[in-house]
Amino acid sequence: MKKDLLGIGDLTRDEIYLILDTAEAMREIGQRPIKKVPTLRGKTVVNLFYEPSTRTRTSFEIAEKRLSADTLNIAVAASSVLKGETLADTAMNIEAMAPDVIVIRHASSGACHLLSRICKSRVINAGDGMHEHPTQALLDAFTIREHKKRIDGLKVTIVGDLLHSRVLRSNVLLLTELGADVCVCGPSTLVPIGIERFGVRVSTNVDEAVRDADVIMMLRIQQERMHGAFFPSVREYFNTFGMTPARVARAKPDVIIMHPGPMNRGVEISSEVADGPYSVILEQVANGVSVRMAVLYLLAGGVEGD
Amino acid sequence: MPVVLDAVRIGRTLTRIAHEILERHVTPGGPGDMVQLAFVGIRTRGVPIAKRIASAIREINGQEIPTGALDITLYRDDLMRHAVGPQPVIRRTEIPFSIDDKRILLVDDVLYTGRTIRAALDALIDFGRPKAIQLIVLVDRGHRELPIKADYVGKNLPTSLSQSVQVHLTEIDGRDDVEIQDA
Repeated sequence: MKKDLLGIGDLTRDEIYLILDTAEAMREIGQRPIKKVPTLRGKTVVNLFYEPSTRTRTSFEIAEKRLSADTLNIAVAASSVLKGETLADTAMNIEAMAPDVIVIRHASSGACHLLSRICKSRVINAGDGMHEHPTQALLDAFTIREHKKRIDGLKVTIVGDLLHSRVLRSNVLLLTELGADVCVCGPSTLVPIGIERFGVRVSTNVDEAVRDADVIMMLRIQQERMHGAFFPSVREYFNTFGMTPARVARAKPDVIIMHPGPMNRGVEISSEVADGPYSVILEQVANGVSVRMAVLYLLAGGVEGD
Repeated sequence: MPVVLDAVRIGRTLTRIAHEILERHVTPGGPGDMVQLAFVGIRTRGVPIAKRIASAIREINGQEIPTGALDITLYRDDLMRHAVGPQPVIRRTEIPFSIDDKRILLVDDVLYTGRTIRAALDALIDFGRPKAIQLIVLVDRGHRELPIKADYVGKNLPTSLSQSVQVHLTEIDGRDDVEIQDA
């Protein structure tokens, strides 16, 4: 493994499989009466979150605690960022206190790369702007593999706000690397230019895109990142792209429905689908802890080329 | 490489250990005592050895003893000491029964420094509170670094520190033997 996990692009195919297999073993720890192993005893992990997050932050924190690391959460609202400190200065100050791992989420794409250059600590990207969210893609792949026993050759359809989604970018890189047939679908105003160069098919017709899909992955409409009118109304978006039982019926009979959360019910997904029999949304959350334990464990080893 | 145990002797040794277990556990409290037993094999080669002893006992008196598998990697005391090279691969721990109040028979292939057993004891305690833990090893090669002793030993094998002992089992290596190798 490299020093840091900044994006799926940092990983070889073998490393992706190593993380998924390690996560498989980590899962068992969560089923024990004592959900803790001494592996990262004495290591300090700083969770530096510049953006609101419930799932990812909690998931990382539980993963760190199950491995016995000492964890420290820095939430922006209560930190010196409000007093005008730059990210680089914050990073150097945290680095001066010698943590072993820094988990960072930031609204700017590439913030984790800046941190990675400054810090000797291992850096894990927990979401940088519209760029990548590698642990989300890994837990998605873990969930898919658990249900389908493979990823190679599966038809995966990703529907929603493609433009603003770091989950999309990480998933496209990972799923195409592992040989899935990926189709992305959304309104043309929300399709990133050049996305087809990543080896995916692009569709603006959701009824066509979900046909015979093994996996349907929904993406949230990220209104907080939208500075303009990308579609006429939420209601029209739901009618045109929202995941409904009728649309799910066009996919394979054993399709699974995924969503990275948080969900906007009635915007990108109907409640019948979100809570329905095909939904694996809560399994994704559960698997997130195992996958993050695997990443923390594997990153704590030696660095390539040392 | 000199073979110190061949397939026939490994088979005979494990059958003998099965008899020893019965001898020690059946008499005092009557047959009821056997109900308390459970095997936990240490990955990798402790697992097939545990299964073979369990099936030997089944052949002798028809008793089914539950068998689990333990991966001790996350409990190793040398894990984070050298930040070079990749992390050791973790395999799955599978103990599909409660170990509370059971007599656990911990199984490994080679007993050497004792550090693996130390890690295994820590790991087991995280699963519950067994009534007792006993240790079964196929080979004891000496050179202990911790105060640990096996209760059932297949073969005591005096070695020098420069030698290495390789256990091969059909389930994993396609053949049964124990070899001793000079560095």
